[in-house]
Parts: sequence; structure tokens; C-alpha cells
Amino acid sequence: MAETTDLSKGLPSHPEKATLEGKNKFLGFWVFLAGETTMFATFFGTYLGLRNGTGSGPEAADIFSLPLVFIMTMILLTSSLTSVFAMFAMKKNQFKKMKIWMWVTVALGTAFLGFEIYEFVEYVHYGLGFTTSAFASSFYALVGLHGAHVLFGLCWISLLLIRYNKSGITLTNAPKFYVASLYWHFIDVVWIFIFTVVYLMGIGG
Amino acid sequence: MVREATNTLQKSVLWDWLTTVDHKKLAVLYLISGTLFFLKAGLMAVFMRIQLMFPMNDFLSGQTFNEFITMHGTIMLFLAATPLLFAFMNYIVPLQIGARDVAFPFVNALGFWLFFFGGILVSLSWFFGGAPDAGWTSYVPLASRDYGGLGIDFYVLGLQVSGIGTLVSGINFIVTIINMRAPGMTMMRMPLFCWTTLVTSILIVFAFTPLAAGLALLMLDRMFDGMFFIPGEGGNVVIWQHIFWIFGHPEVYILVLPAFGMISEIIPTFSKKRLFGYTAMVFATLIIGFLGFMVWMHHMFTVGIGPIANSVFAIATMIIGIPTGIKIFNWLFTMWGGKLTFNTAMLCASSFVPTFVLGGVTGVMLAMAPVDHLYHDTYFVVAHFHYIILGGIVLGLIGATFYWYPKMFGHKLNETLGKIMFWMFYVGFHLTFFVQHILGLIGMPRRVYTYLEGQGMDTMNMISTIGAFVMSAAIILLVINVVYSAMKSPREGGDPWDGRTLEWATPTPVPEYNFAQTPQVRSLDPLFYEKIHGDGTMKPAEPIGDIHMPNGSIYPFTISLGLFFAGFGFIMLNMENAIISPWIVIAVGGIITFGSMALHSVKEDHGYHISKETVEQMEKEVGTNG
Amino acid sequence: MNSIMFLHEFTSQRLHLYYQQQKESGVKSLMNGLRRLFKFAPFMAVFLFLAGCGERRLTALDPMGPQSQWIYDNMILSLYVMAIVIIVVFVLFFIVVARFRHKEGDNEYPEQVHGSTKLEVAWTVIPLFLLAILAVPTVTGQFYLSNTGLEAQEAENEEEVDEEELDAESAEELGDDVMKITATGHQFWWQFDYDFGDDSFTAGNEVYVPVDTKVAFVLEAEDVMHSFWVPALAGKVDNIPGIENYMWLEASEPGVYKGKCAELCGPSHALMDFRLIALEQDEFDEWATAMQEEEEAPTESLANEGRELFEEQSCLQCHAVDGDGGAMGPSLANFGDRETIANYLEVTDENLKAWIQDPQSLKQGNNMPAYPDLSDEELDALVAYLNQLEKLDPETKEGLERD
Repeated sequence: MAETTDLSKGLPSHPEKATLEGKNKFLGFWVFLAGETTMFATFFGTYLGLRNGTGSGPEAADIFSLPLVFIMTMILLTSSLTSVFAMFAMKKNQFKKMKIWMWVTVALGTAFLGFEIYEFVEYVHYGLGFTTSAFASSFYALVGLHGAHVLFGLCWISLLLIRYNKSGITLTNAPKFYVASLYWHFIDVVWIFIFTVVYLMGIGG
Repeated sequence: MVREATNTLQKSVLWDWLTTVDHKKLAVLYLISGTLFFLKAGLMAVFMRIQLMFPMNDFLSGQTFNEFITMHGTIMLFLAATPLLFAFMNYIVPLQIGARDVAFPFVNALGFWLFFFGGILVSLSWFFGGAPDAGWTSYVPLASRDYGGLGIDFYVLGLQVSGIGTLVSGINFIVTIINMRAPGMTMMRMPLFCWTTLVTSILIVFAFTPLAAGLALLMLDRMFDGMFFIPGEGGNVVIWQHIFWIFGHPEVYILVLPAFGMISEIIPTFSKKRLFGYTAMVFATLIIGFLGFMVWMHHMFTVGIGPIANSVFAIATMIIGIPTGIKIFNWLFTMWGGKLTFNTAMLCASSFVPTFVLGGVTGVMLAMAPVDHLYHDTYFVVAHFHYIILGGIVLGLIGATFYWYPKMFGHKLNETLGKIMFWMFYVGFHLTFFVQHILGLIGMPRRVYTYLEGQGMDTMNMISTIGAFVMSAAIILLVINVVYSAMKSPREGGDPWDGRTLEWATPTPVPEYNFAQTPQVRSLDPLFYEKIHGDGTMKPAEPIGDIHMPNGSIYPFTISLGLFFAGFGFIMLNMENAIISPWIVIAVGGIITFGSMALHSVKEDHGYHISKETVEQMEKEVGTNG
Repeated sequence: MNSIMFLHEFTSQRLHLYYQQQKESGVKSLMNGLRRLFKFAPFMAVFLFLAGCGERRLTALDPMGPQSQWIYDNMILSLYVMAIVIIVVFVLFFIVVARFRHKEGDNEYPEQVHGSTKLEVAWTVIPLFLLAILAVPTVTGQFYLSNTGLEAQEAENEEEVDEEELDAESAEELGDDVMKITATGHQFWWQFDYDFGDDSFTAGNEVYVPVDTKVAFVLEAEDVMHSFWVPALAGKVDNIPGIENYMWLEASEPGVYKGKCAELCGPSHALMDFRLIALEQDEFDEWATAMQEEEEAPTESLANEGRELFEEQSCLQCHAVDGDGGAMGPSLANFGDRETIANYLEVTDENLKAWIQDPQSLKQGNNMPAYPDLSDEELDALVAYLNQLEKLDPETKEGLERD
């Protein structure tokens, strides 16, 4: 498909949706995110059902540290913003700019992941292991699942950036970058919910 | 010949089937593997019926019986009904909407191989100390680490892998139906089978993800000492039931809606009439799909969630009866005033209607929550859902097999054998399951491996078993029919039934690219429209030209194989003396899977083109064939 | 919460009235009944057939208590409503199949009808009414079934503490105590704890209740899920580990009722039956008093030997013979009164010996250890000891109706 499209006048304004393949990816990915949402919803539901099941272990209010989580939230929000800048650059066919913004996104994501690991290690020191109580299990499952998504997103975006380092923006890779940034936003939105449901409700009751 | 003209020529047959991304070949793969799983689970059912033939029979022990009920249910729903429906969805839907392939041929192949390896993983349990034994619902704590054996691990990981396959296939169908329709094929001109496929796929996206989450939780519980479902340290066993049924109830509609679609194709064709109340049928499908998510707690009326919740879910459940009723009456009125031909396909499709009503009315009876305290977990429920599944889904599937067989394999199935098979199946089915309603009411719980003498259950259990024998004879006859017809039946042209929809506008065998020129659709039942208002052939929407096709790929196979290894590795964590460290197996599996994904992502594969000349030549060949 | 309580009361009052009316207007309703009989004669035939199936005091088609009666009546109601649907569909179907057939050589297409809005509305609205008929008893019935009376009793007890001044009426109500039994499911037997304040005791596998009295059950589970079901008396409710569930039942006739576990609980799920024995109130009181007595050494010497063996072999660790002893296995305090051994075997000395020697072969997956090394004499002694552990008055036992 890609090579049959006339590119003599430069890229179309929405390079990610210019081909049928791109359109399919775009829609398919939205549907996939719908499924992901349901899966996270199930984990949220489980967490809400079990968050008072602390057994003999520590409770949410005992251990959560709001400043740390607030910093993490800000980092992830900013990374979402930088990926938006990258997409603006892509639509203007500024490949270099897009690359830089994407790499910034990756850097911020990595920082977030580092904080999260630090956070988990701290909790384990406080005596909240995965097997301590139902609350602990459901907390680590939910936040850990999100962390795994972040890790997967980082690998994916890095792989794309390395693979297309020299190719410029084409009708083949535009949908890929677009979809990856969509995924990144999704991760960000999920984190907002985690921040509210897990941390704010955990501390505030 | 057609297939030889394209690039499959250079490949060996095995490599071709392993790497194919052609929706038609994948459909055949689904059909074969689904049938094998169906026969396997059917055999288990026969064994269970033999065990229940006499009171206190000792043909199977309680443990083996529990393994059989679990595997029977799990295989039938996940590994037989789902792939068999996917076979027809894969083969027919792209043809019916006038597309050359599905939206993501690669993902389509991935879906199949994930399902296949997931199924193999579940089945492997027999060789490692016994199959799962906690029922297809795997209720905790019976399925949690303290009470459930290694079999449950195979259940968890196998279903996880095959569930991902089902999920990605569902996404693929949604995008295909929304994006790939031929010019003029508006949503409200789509055949009902496409509509039900679309709604089913949406249900898959929203139902299989909770299942994936639930299975992940159970896995964490069983292998990494999680506390989700362990009462005592704050865990709650009822959460599993909620998650399972949030998936489990829509799953019923995931299976039955495509069957509705098949019936809605077969009945108009053999009544020579268009579907009565098409719009109402479409909306009824949508409403059923939506309500399917609102009623999961009716599986849990006796769990003690309180009278208010019970009442709300009871009434929501009853409401589903209304769109289902709309469908029943629309089918009846499609036949009303038509000119009916009763071949095997039509026998199945038409008898579906009254049979499904019998399953439906017991469904409404079950919805009455307080009375359900009587029915719940008895043979009444067993009878009810077998009326839905056999009288609904399986009759639909057999009908669809007879109906679409000439399109898929170039010849019809033998009608005489087919009609004998139908009547045997139908009589056997009612013999088996009708008495089970009464068995439940006189006090026989479900999932019991035996029953005592002197409880008035002997005769009816005997009748039920005899019915099961008759039904199995019918299935054997179907297998014989397939072999017999392959040798004896004459070749058929593209349109053997005087069809109404687009799939019958393609030549048989269907060329790799389906349509040499994308057809222009002018109405619902487009082919029938052209038969009345045109010359009986579809008008092309584009000039003949080069056709772009996707390349085959081995990555779907390797990605699935990697997940199979990883899954097996996780199961090894619970094995007592694994030969090598489970983590090595998990790592190897992970590397194969993610490596294949990365390779696929890095390698840009633009497919290939079939040249205009080849297409023209192939069309000529096909033209002389039929 | 107030509105729920109101609904509770409202429904139970209404139901009470309903049953009284049923009883009183016998003669008047006879004529109506006859008329109905003619109308629904074919259905009646089916019901008679149904009632003929199954065993009395087990089958739900021969209800023996108010709750099962309610369930049965409403099942019949739903059958009537559903019969309308079935008849309409089947009649239409057979007309279609008989009338509209393709004839050889007829190549004309029939008229291509698009549909009919009127018909669509008809088969949307009419079923709505039919469902409404079923929806009303569904809601009221669920409250009726869920109302064990325990909640109301607790609320009243609290009130009693709060307000010292009680008028005569509410004092009367308070006297109307609900009897409470805790039924705990184990793999694969039942434990029944009777709570009479200070005088509590435990029975295994057979639960005794007074006849014509509403008995509330608290349902718990020790290991996996079970489900408590006496089909002839009430609907089932699940026993779930970590959760307390409630249900109630009432037996209208004395006798031995069969109960079953209705939730898959392991290999011997099918053999997890129990008996519910309904006694006249005075007989029940007598039995309950006997159950609270301490176990005494038997007079017979063989049985006495058995008693010593019972302690030596540490049977007591799992099986209680009075208030004391473990709860890993069913209490044997009234073993001599048992209707079955191991929930399903006929009561004979041979079966009991076979069970003690090798329980696994009789009931796969149960937790009782085998005692294959006991000599014949030792077995005889054990059996003699166990058989004399009786709490039921011999006359009462003789008079129990079993079928």
C-alpha cells in the first residue's frame, strides 16, 4: 500500500490515517485500548473489593507517601505532554524534532519507572510484601500491572526510534509512532485513576 | 490451477499452512482443530453418561469424573464452540462484506495459533498428574492452591494463552467489518451474520479481558502465594465468581449470537424470502449484546448478595427474553409465506427455532431469583444450558456446515446421510436433556459423579444415557458423511443454493484474493438484488488491476509457541521435581515471543502483488470450473 | 434500611394472609378448581406425572414446607406463563412447516416482505406483560426467602436494651424467638451447631428441627464452598468460607428429609448427603436435652472396651462424643441414631467396619485416616460402642416416617 500512494507533494496532513492500513491500525488500537480499559477496571474492582482486607499487615494510610507519588504523577503527566509535542512535529513532517520529543518521553518514563521500583522496595522494607495480605496482593497487582505497561511502552517506543532512526517520517511508520503515543496516553490516564483510587483514597479513607 | 498461480507455489504444503495468513485457510484450520476438540469433549460426555447410567456405578471414580466435567465444559466452550464459530466467521464474513481479506491478516493467524497452543496446553494436563477438576468455572477455594491440583495450573495458563488469541481475533473482526466493507455495503445492508459477528467481537473485547485479569489473579494466587482468594488474610472468594461471570455470561452470547446469525442466513435462503424485520433483528442483536453485561449476578443468586441485588439482576435477566423473542418471531415470519426447501441445513435452522424457545423459557424460569434457589446447581440448569448450547449453537453450527460446505470445499455433503443424521441428533438430544429438567427438580444436583438407589432417578438417567448414545451415533454419521461426500459428491459451482448474499457471488474454489474486482453493492441481499434487477452477477466497483496481497509469516506461529513455553514454565513452578529450572523455560518462551514480535515489527513487510494478467487468467480458469 | 424492613414485613404478612385464605375458602374454590381442572387438564396430567417422579421428602415437586410450597407454586405459575409462549411459537411453527413448502418446478420467488412494525410492536409489548406477571413474585419472593427473622430479632433485642418500657404487644413479639442453627460444610460432611445460649451442642451429618417452626440457618464453610439444600423444604443457599450466609426453612410434617450438598466440593461431592429430621416440639426438646448430657461409660462390657479403644486410637482428636473433642470429623454423640454411615452407606455393622478399615475406598478424598490394623475383636468392640451412642427416645425413633 505504502509505495502506491503519491508522495510527490509531501506527506498528507494526517500521515497516520492516510492509508487503509493506517486506518485499520488506528481503529484496531482504539478497540484494543477498550479491552485494556476493561482489564484495568477488573484490577481496580478487585483492589476496591480487597483494600480493607489488610489482615495482620499494614494498612494503606500507614505506608503511602504522597509527595513521592505526586512527583511520579507529575513526571508521567509531563511525559504525556512531550509525546503530544512529538505528534505535532510528526504532522508537520519535522522528523528530528519528533525524535527528540520522543526520546524525552522515554527518559521521563524511565524516571517514573525508577521511582516506582524505589517505592515498592520501600514498602517491602515497611513490611508490605506481595503475600502479606489481600490488600498488598491487590495493590501490587494493580500498580505492578501499570508498571509493566510502562516498561512495555518504553521498549516499544525505543525500538521504533532505533529502527526508524534514519528513515524520516513515512506512511508506514507514522501510524506506528502515532499508535505508540496513543498507548502512552492511555498509560497516563490509567495512572491518574491509580493516583486517585489507590493513593488519595488510601490516605483519605 | 488457482492456488498454483500465486506465490504459494514455491512453498511446501506444511510450510504454507504454518505461515498462511489467508482468512480462508485459517478458517479451515479453525474448523479442523475445533472439530477435533469437539469430538474429544464429546467422548468425555459419553463416558460421563455411561457412569451415570446406573446408580452407584463405578465406571469412573469421583476424581476422574470431576476432571471430565471440567474438561468437557472448558473444551466445549473455549476450544470447540469458539473455534468452530471462528471458522465460519473467518471464511464467510470477508466474503459477505466484499473484502479481499481481513483488516489484519497477521493478527488473524496469530489468533489461530494462540488458540491452538492454548488448547494444547490445557490438554497436556492429562500427562502431568491429572486434568483440572474444579468445574469449568474453577470456583475458589476448590481451585486455589490449598485444594486444587496441578491441573488447575494448566487450566489457568492454557486459557490465558488461548484467551489472548480469541481477544486479538475479536479486535480483528471489529476493524474488518467497520473498515473493509465494499462500496455500497452500508452497515444496514450487511448480512445478519456480519452483524452478529460484529457484536460478538465487541463482547469478546469487553469479556475476555476481565477473564484474562481473573486468570492472572488466580495464577498469582497459585504460583506466587497471592492472597486474593484466600479467606483469612483479607481475601475474598466471591470476587472470583464476580470476575468469572462478568466474563462468563457474555461468553454465552459470544457463542450464541453467531449461531443466530447463521440461522438468519440459512432461513432466508431456503425460504426464498428476505429476512423479516431486518432492522428489528439488528437492534435486537445489539440489545442482547448490551444486556449480556448487565446480568452476570444471576449465576450467583444463592451466593447471598442480598435480596435487592438479586431482584435487580433477576429483572434485568428477564428483559433479555424480549429481544430474543423478537428474533424468534422474525424467523418464524421469514418462513411464513415463503417457499421452504427442507434440506439438512434448513432442517437444522428451522428446528432451531422451537428448540431454542424451550431453552429460552427455562431461562426465564431460572431468572426468577427466589425460584432459582430451587433450580440453581441442579440438573435443571444442566438441561437448560444444553438446550441453549446444543439446541442453539450446535444446531446452528451443523446447519452452517451443510450450508457453507460447498463454498469451502467445492462439494455438498450428502443429503440422505445428512437427514438421517439430523433426525438421530434431534431425537437423541431431546431424549438426553428433556428428562434432566425433571431430574433436577426431584433433587439431583449437578456435577455429581453418582447417585443413590431409591431416589427415583434411575429410569430417567438411563433414558438420558440412551439419548447420549443416539446423539453420538449421529455425530459419527456426520464424520462418515464428510468422508463419503469427499469421494462421491459432484463438484459444485459458485452458487449451489440460489444464494442471496455476496459470498455466493465468488467462484468456487474461492481465489486467494476473493474478488477480482471489488463488487458494487446496491442493496441488502446484494446478489439476490442483482438476480432480480440485474443480470445475476455483481457489478464491479473498480477496474481490473494488480491485486495487493499480504505475505505469509511464521511469526504468528513462533509468538504463540513462545507463549506456550512460557505458560508451561509457569506451570512448572508448581511441579514437584521439574527437570530444569522453570525460570529457564519461562525465559526461553519470553525470548521467542518478544523476539518474534520485535522482528516482525522491525521488518517492514509490504506484501506482494498479483499482476493484472495473472488475475485475468485465473478468472478465466475459474469461469470454466463453475 | 427502614424501607427494606417494611418490605420484609409487608411480604411476610401478605404471604401469611394468602395461605390462610387458601385454607378457609376451600369449598368456594372447589368449583373454581374444577373449572380450572378442565381448562388445564393436559397440564394437570403433566404435573401428576411430575409429582409421581422422585422420592417423597426429597423431591421438590412434593413440597413439605411453606418455603418449598411457595417455590413450587411460583414455578407452576411461570410454567403457565411460559406455556403461552411455547404454544404460540409451536403453533406458528407447525403451520409454517405444513403450509409453506417449495414445490417442484416452481421457480417464482415469493413476495419479499420487509417486515411489519405492528407485529414487531406486538411481540415486544405482549412479552413485557407476561414478564411483568413473573417480576412481581420474583421481587416479593426474594424478600420472603431472605427474611430469616434473625435480623429483626437482633434489632428488637437492641431496642430492648435501649428502651426499658415495653408495651404488651412488643413483649409478645419478642417471645417469638427464631431458632438458630449454624450449618458448616466440610469435605464431605456437615456440622450442625445448636445455639441455646449457654447450652450449646454440636451434631454431625443429621440435623434435628422441631416441626412447624421456622428455623434459621447460619451457613459457613470450613474448607471449600458447599451448598445447603433440602429440596422438599427450601431453596439452597451456599456455604462460603470466610462469609456467613443465612436461610430459613420450616417442615410441616415430622419425618426424615433428605438433604444434599449442591456445590461441587471435590471428588466425593456426590456423597455429601445429610438428613434433616423434623420432630414434634416435645420430642425435639427431649432430644436437645439428651444431646447436652455428658457422655457416660456404657454398661455393656464390649462397648466399654470399645470406649477405651476409641480413646487409645485417638479417635477423640477428630470426633466428639459430647461437647468435648475435636471438630475435624463429625460429632458422634448420637451415632447410634444415624440414618446412614458416611452420609450414604446403609447402617450395618459390616459397613461401619469397612468404613473404619478403609474410608478412602468408600469415599474418595475424605480426611479420615484408615485403620487397617484393627483386629476383628477390636472392630466389634468399636462398633458396639458407637452403636450405643443414642440420644433419641426409642419410641420416637421407631415412629419416624422415612418415606
